[in-house]
Amino acid sequence: MRERVHTADLDWWLLALVCALCLVGLLELYSATEHGMSGMVWRQLGWIAMGFAALWLLSRLDYDWLLDHAPLFYLLMIGALLLVLVVGHVRFGARRWVEIGGVPFQVSEFAKLVIIIVLARFFMGVRTDRLTLRDLLKLGALVGLPLVLILLQPDLGTALTLAPIAIVGAFLAGIRWKHALALVILAGLAIPVAWHFVLKPYQKARIMTFLEPEKHPLGSGYQILQSEIAVGSGGLWGKGLGKGSQNQLGFVPVRYSDFILAALGEELGFAGVFLTLLLYVGLLLRLVQNARQAKDRAGMYLVGGVTAILGFHIFVNSAMVIGWMPVTGIPLPLVSYGGSATLFVFMALGLVMSVRLRRYVN
Amino acid sequence: MVHRLEDDQRLPQFRLTAFSIVIVVAALGILFGFWRMQVLETQHYSKLAERNRIRLIPIIAPRGRILDRHGHVLLNNYPSFSVLLERDSPGEVKQHLAQIAVGLGLDPAQLTDEVHQAADLPRYQPLVIKTNATDADIAFVESHRVDIPCLDLLMVQRRQYPPDDFMSHVLGYVGDVGPEDIARSKGRYRPGDVVGKTGIEREYNSILMGVDGSKRVVVDSRGRVRGTLGETPAIPGHTIQLTIDENLERVAENDLAGKAGAVVALDPRTGAVLAMASRPGYDANEFARGITPAEWKQLNDDPEHPLLNRAIQAQLAPGSVFKIIMATAMLQSGIPAANYHAFCPGYGVFYGRVFHCWLKGGHGRVGLHSAIVQSCDVFFYNVGQQLGIQRIAYYAKQLGLGRRTGIDLPGEEPGLVPSAAWKERVYHHPWYPGETIPVAIGQGATMVTPLQLAYTIGGIIEGGVFMRPHLLKTDDPAVEMRFPLRPSTVNTITEAMYGVVNESDGTAATSRIKGIQFCGKTGTAQLVSDQERKRLGGGARYQDNAWFVGFAPRTDPKIIVAVLVQRGIEGAETAAPIARDIIEAYYQEHWPQQFAYLAPPPKAAKPAGAGTAQADNN
Repeated sequence: MRERVHTADLDWWLLALVCALCLVGLLELYSATEHGMSGMVWRQLGWIAMGFAALWLLSRLDYDWLLDHAPLFYLLMIGALLLVLVVGHVRFGARRWVEIGGVPFQVSEFAKLVIIIVLARFFMGVRTDRLTLRDLLKLGALVGLPLVLILLQPDLGTALTLAPIAIVGAFLAGIRWKHALALVILAGLAIPVAWHFVLKPYQKARIMTFLEPEKHPLGSGYQILQSEIAVGSGGLWGKGLGKGSQNQLGFVPVRYSDFILAALGEELGFAGVFLTLLLYVGLLLRLVQNARQAKDRAGMYLVGGVTAILGFHIFVNSAMVIGWMPVTGIPLPLVSYGGSATLFVFMALGLVMSVRLRRYVN
Repeated sequence: MVHRLEDDQRLPQFRLTAFSIVIVVAALGILFGFWRMQVLETQHYSKLAERNRIRLIPIIAPRGRILDRHGHVLLNNYPSFSVLLERDSPGEVKQHLAQIAVGLGLDPAQLTDEVHQAADLPRYQPLVIKTNATDADIAFVESHRVDIPCLDLLMVQRRQYPPDDFMSHVLGYVGDVGPEDIARSKGRYRPGDVVGKTGIEREYNSILMGVDGSKRVVVDSRGRVRGTLGETPAIPGHTIQLTIDENLERVAENDLAGKAGAVVALDPRTGAVLAMASRPGYDANEFARGITPAEWKQLNDDPEHPLLNRAIQAQLAPGSVFKIIMATAMLQSGIPAANYHAFCPGYGVFYGRVFHCWLKGGHGRVGLHSAIVQSCDVFFYNVGQQLGIQRIAYYAKQLGLGRRTGIDLPGEEPGLVPSAAWKERVYHHPWYPGETIPVAIGQGATMVTPLQLAYTIGGIIEGGVFMRPHLLKTDDPAVEMRFPLRPSTVNTITEAMYGVVNESDGTAATSRIKGIQFCGKTGTAQLVSDQERKRLGGGARYQDNAWFVGFAPRTDPKIIVAVLVQRGIEGAETAAPIARDIIEAYYQEHWPQQFAYLAPPPKAAKPAGAGTAQADNN
């Protein structure tokens, strides 16, 4: 069975949205780093170029092959995560990086990709329209192991991003209402346990300041507060690119990466945020559209997983910027500066394209 | 729905629709959050942002001090205030600009211009609108703290150059960095930086210049500092120590006062510059303050060229001092033999032309020793004729003339050693043998700087080891070049130069110093021939330049001094006494008991503001 795969058949609407979002990111990155760090714009441009190449390559690759080798990827991922714990570089207090050819890579970014493939393979194997308790337990074990390893780095944000892949997958696979309810209750019970035994002090502090930021105006609540001031003072139309005092004077924390939306909100106002979120919604809906058109369920789960994780990033990051979520270090896909994160998004979209190019069952 | 249907590949379209709805709802929720903050509550946050203003207060790094060889301060800084305009609130600036211009005595149009030009800079970067604020300016800023909050004062360390143009050429001066320097510096210099423009200030700018720091403070809308966010301390420039001996320098400058000329004193063993003076000088403070175009024009148009460092930039004929180079060439080449004698009737005829000796009656029969002691021209005309221009040029170059000595000062001139090839290249004419004759007594096209003469003759008396002259004190002096001379050559030259000062018929016999083996050679260089000067009206402008190069002691010399007095007419009369004073001061300083009988050196007026430590005049 030979499929006809044409580059011309790529989802050009999706790619147009991706380009628009990259442009928004570069524009704000330029504005946020104009003084002294403008090399970052070029580097990000480089990552984006590499990303498009990776996207195209992955789109040529038959996702059936990826699914066939899912167990191998899973083992490799577990091995890599263990390796990071042993030899990884400590940056910003966490052991998340390994160097590949002199370039630091965040292995957990690629773990997300593997989990998408592994879970697609898992749900494909369910072969029914109803998830049993056994299925759920298997699912929990499959996701739980890498999640714990990433938590140990410690990288709470990335660990949490694995959950929506499983949750959306389970939803699409037909989780039972009573199981879902039981899981929610279980999670509620797990929170105090995690608080005492799993979370590090700084993670607790972040969550505490999230709950009551005004009590820590100069400590860890500072970031959230400054981000809120930036967004709020931007107004409807913003202060203009390069003119946001919060941004340009350095009040906005990591304004080129995790808080780039705060910088954008200040300088381009609600109008800019609206446009950006509109692009994101367009992107996500376009992804769902691709899931609908998949040749088989495996393809749908792949696209669904990608949609879930990107949506999670987008909403958690924007909620964090306006103080609705604790600071967890989750970047804004395609807009935030960062090599591993950008490459991950493009590779995930490459998977989607691979599914799309093979959507005609012959 | 069908339960447990094997291989159901139909997609759950309904759930995908639900997923889409969740996405849209989440987006709407987030948008609502932004809407509330950015549209409904934006005034609240704008107020918070307004309170969040930050100012970048520059901390200017002071330049390093410059010390003399004994650690006396030659150049120091003094505190001065600059008036800063804080630009973080443009409305405020606009409103007060006219009042500020009046209060500080600035041109309103120019001030508006400056503010406009700075519009592209980050707003937290203040603008320096007036340097060297007067007491009245400071009072104006302080008394309007409340109603003009956008003004601030910044203390900076400025250069306080010594009074009386002391060492103006060696030290050089600083000024605002130029666009070319910024481009060349690869990011090191920024607009507004103060850098060395000439002299030591330029040569060692990278050592002297520090790195400015800054303080980031949060201020409220009234300009009150609410907290410090961070401080990058300034890194002060390094102090450097020169080889200059302040005491000798003062003697040199005092002796040159009112004259046009230069003095260079070297330690021939190391190349260390003990004194370097050039007159007339200029007040470097005018430059450090920011020279006005009128002042600049005046300095530049001055026919005496006060900006010229004559010690390294005046290229003049060496006159009879060149006979030392001729004698070295003669002794080294054996042309003519060392025992050669010539008869001087007061003139000589070469190639059909009459060449006069400076002594009308003539010196009679002279050998090399008396020819140097009495500076007989005819003897050296003969030597020159026999050597020929090629050999003269060869030796002059090997002995360090016609090329830069490599001193650590910008702008050194190389001088000129004429040769047949040079004339062919420049004038496209062959060299006529008759032209060699004046060259033999240091006239003609030969040009040297005072530094070159001290360097070259210092190298000769050191046996052909030419130490690179340097002003930065170092434990590791460098040999610039070697041209090994026979001990007999060095000995003959030294003895002859001793005779110049210490024999009764020596040309500098009047400069003899009791108890010191002071050696030297006089020189008088014509700018134009006597006839020519008469034709030009006999003005002082074309009078002869006086030279003297002297060293002491006779064996193992410790100091060599070259003196140029322009229009000084006779080297023995005007230049030699200056060298003598310096040598005397040198001996008094190093062996105070032994040479207490020498007249005390002239008491120099100490510069008031330079913070100079009391020199030990023991």
